[in-house]
Amino acid sequence: MADLSASRASAVASHVAAAPKVAVADLGALPPRTRFVFRGREAAITAAGPAFGVALPREACRFAEAGDRRVLWLGPDEWLLTAPEGAGAAIVADLAAALAGLPHSLVDVSHRSLGIAVSGAMAARVINNGCPLDLGLEAFPVGMATRTVFGKAEIVLVRTAEMRFEIDVWRSFADYVWRFLEEARREFA
Amino acid sequence: MLIITCPHCGPRPELEFRYGGEAHIARPADPSTLTDEEWGAFLYQRANPRGLHAERWRHVAGCGRFFNALRDTQSDFFAATYPAGTPRPDTDASGVKESGR
Repeated sequence: MADLSASRASAVASHVAAAPKVAVADLGALPPRTRFVFRGREAAITAAGPAFGVALPREACRFAEAGDRRVLWLGPDEWLLTAPEGAGAAIVADLAAALAGLPHSLVDVSHRSLGIAVSGAMAARVINNGCPLDLGLEAFPVGMATRTVFGKAEIVLVRTAEMRFEIDVWRSFADYVWRFLEEARREFA
Repeated sequence: MLIITCPHCGPRPELEFRYGGEAHIARPADPSTLTDEEWGAFLYQRANPRGLHAERWRHVAGCGRFFNALRDTQSDFFAATYPAGTPRPDTDASGVKESGR
């Protein structure tokens, strides 16, 4: 099989270099991550946590973190596992050992999407230009993660701090989403 | 914007949802024993009521799961949403206004 990691380049690199500095609504590209979509039933869900190093959150629309690994709840039987780039082979081996005999699915989607961080006092306002969710702290607290829409694109939106959001967007939509965010934060420049 | 309550994720904007047709239509256990009329009815004949309608919805840009909803086809009011596989809740038209979303 071809080594895909050799040709991996950020889809928004040129935008990042040209992005103006806006303190209240800062945009940045996140470093590449290893991503897996995990699906399974009760026994597999329980066993997957210790093997990955982070227990899979059972509460809807939440994420859990331990060290540099993160698990995001996407659906009642679906999670997104992320880890620093290069950890993929170890994760596959660990989970395969822990889940031997338990029906589950673990799909490497590292190349499917990339991360964009929006931070600053106006971050929620900027995202609300394209996302209809209530991003108030009560409705969307720190620690929440959910799949949603941003304009025409489907994204995974994560709130890591009161004034910091991370967007996980499919690679082919990254250019569109970045330009949309750039347009949205112009009023604060 | 219309707010639809997903049984898994809670209240969410309608943009995240897709309509999935009428709910509670069971596929015949043995289709080969059916007449053409019966099979045609299963495939195509739908209730199309004026008022409360049990229908399938999918939270496609959220948890991705199908669920069922009771919606008033006249007012577009969602009387109730409930997980797929559970029976239609007992709601008469008079109780709907008070039940909220």
